[in-house]
Amino acid sequence: MAQIEIKNFNLYYGSFQGLKNVNMTIKEKRITSMIGPSGCGKSTLLRSINRMNDMIEGVKTEGEINIAGNNIYDQNIDIDVLRRNVGMVFQRPNPFPISVYNNVSFGLEVNRIERKRNVIDEIVQKSLESVLLWDDIKDKLKKSALLLTLEQQQRLCIARVIAVRPQIILLDEPCSSLDPHATQRIEELMMRLKEDYTIVIVTHNMQQAARVSQDTAFMLLGELIEFDKTSKIFTNPGDKKTDDYVSGRFG
Amino acid sequence: MRKIKDDIIEKIIFFCGILSIVFVVLIFGFLIKEGISFFKEFGIVDFIIGKFWYPSANPPEFGILSLIVGSVLVTVGACIIAVPVGIMAAVYISELAPKQIKDILKSLVELMAAVPSVVIGFVGMVSLAPLVRVFFNIPTGLTAFTGSIMLAFMAMPTIVTISEDAIRSVPWQYKEGAFALGATKWQTIRRIVLKAAMPGIIAAIMLGIGRVIGETMAVMMITGNAAHIPHSIFEPVRTMTATIAAEMGETVTGGLHYRALFAIALVLFFITFLVNFIADLFLGRSKNK
Ligand SMILES: Nc1ncnc2c1ncn2[C@@H]1O[C@H](COP(=O)(O)OP(=O)(O)OP(=O)(O)O)[C@@H](O)[C@H]1O
Ligand SMILES: [Mg+2]
Repeated sequence: MAQIEIKNFNLYYGSFQGLKNVNMTIKEKRITSMIGPSGCGKSTLLRSINRMNDMIEGVKTEGEINIAGNNIYDQNIDIDVLRRNVGMVFQRPNPFPISVYNNVSFGLEVNRIERKRNVIDEIVQKSLESVLLWDDIKDKLKKSALLLTLEQQQRLCIARVIAVRPQIILLDEPCSSLDPHATQRIEELMMRLKEDYTIVIVTHNMQQAARVSQDTAFMLLGELIEFDKTSKIFTNPGDKKTDDYVSGRFG
Repeated sequence: MRKIKDDIIEKIIFFCGILSIVFVVLIFGFLIKEGISFFKEFGIVDFIIGKFWYPSANPPEFGILSLIVGSVLVTVGACIIAVPVGIMAAVYISELAPKQIKDILKSLVELMAAVPSVVIGFVGMVSLAPLVRVFFNIPTGLTAFTGSIMLAFMAMPTIVTISEDAIRSVPWQYKEGAFALGATKWQTIRRIVLKAAMPGIIAAIMLGIGRVIGETMAVMMITGNAAHIPHSIFEPVRTMTATIAAEMGETVTGGLHYRALFAIALVLFFITFLVNFIADLFLGRSKNK
């Protein structure tokens, strides 16, 4: 069970409240998208799910986020283990400035998942295959990852997350620096990955949310306004503000 | 009017630029001229591999092998100390230290860089040398080892400051990516941050070494100045730079000894050039990899 249960969750950046009493349950093996105007707290909420906000000075949280029944804000949670289980893909592709191969094997090595070279080789290949990158770059594994195109870099970033076999993958506007073709191919990839992973994606692009996700959360000023089936949010939202936003009247 | 002023300033700047090139060429030309004339008389092979440096014996001996060994020993020793300590200090300052400590450390390091080498030599002579003598139970504390430690001090500010810059300018996104994959802070530093900062760190090391190789005053005061080939680092040595500085005053201008010192300078120049060249190779390689 990899569902994410967010309960009475508040987050403060110093004195500024970034998230206000968020409650939602994200179901497993589906794609859930988060939409809302800029600055409404989408990234903040997403980064709360793997505790990336911990690294920002002055951040305080209240409430719980339960993954598979365990509150990840519990005292005795091992953050490194949590992050391995909850992978993250960022807005700008950020492959490490090392070889393609080492990018993918990085997570395996730092988490001591695997030591045998041939097994690592195999996982690297599988991970690159599952993001449809293997055929393009199997001859360039030793080359620096920075030489790949932006789309390839973003795929590589997804591959290196997949390599450590997380249950959940968080994506924060993963297509915003890609062209429409690349975007379409990354979307296809996400839809394939949802068979095996619970996926949460933040997006600015409402068409993208409508195309890829089964559930959609609409946020505004740090609050979760509405969370429902994507089809409902886009055709028959329950809240006036959601309606205004998805029909383009503001935002 | 403004046009004329512009023209004049441009000319002055151009002139200054040309002047600096001319100076370098002149220095190099001078070294070559005196050096070559020395080699014609004494022979380059005897000079490089000769074991004895007896410039005022009759006939004089001008073998600089012991001086080369002295320089190399002191320099390598200094690097072995300064490189790891310097890089760790840089990592601590840029990645781990709390804000206040960071500021204090940074100004301390800058202060260290400003200490003149005579002072470092003096402090080493009166405080470190006796310590080394007693601790290792050797006849004199003025040894290659003592020199290495003091030179490490001199190379450290360069290494720390420049590596710290390089480490600090590693994009946050790399670290974020590593943390998000479950890497610990130390794993992130070792596997990602240091790798990304490597070109800058190598440049820092090379500049540090450059300062050590060319250093004269401090080594003259604390390495014991014995021109013989040492059996261990706990013996006095003499470096090329110290030899030039110490003996230039006693030579007859244009004499054989005088020209021998220029020949040493030429060798020194060549070694420095080699170090820079290797550094460039490294930097170039890591850039277009
Ligand atoms: N490190 C921080 N310190 C203080 N305030 C922050 C910090 N990061 C974000 N905020 C604030 O929290 C609010 C939510 O930011 P967040 O990045 O989550 O928004 P977002 O919905 O992802 O916006 P965008 O669509 O522009 O990415 C914003 O008002 C922002 O100014
Ligand atoms: Mg955002």
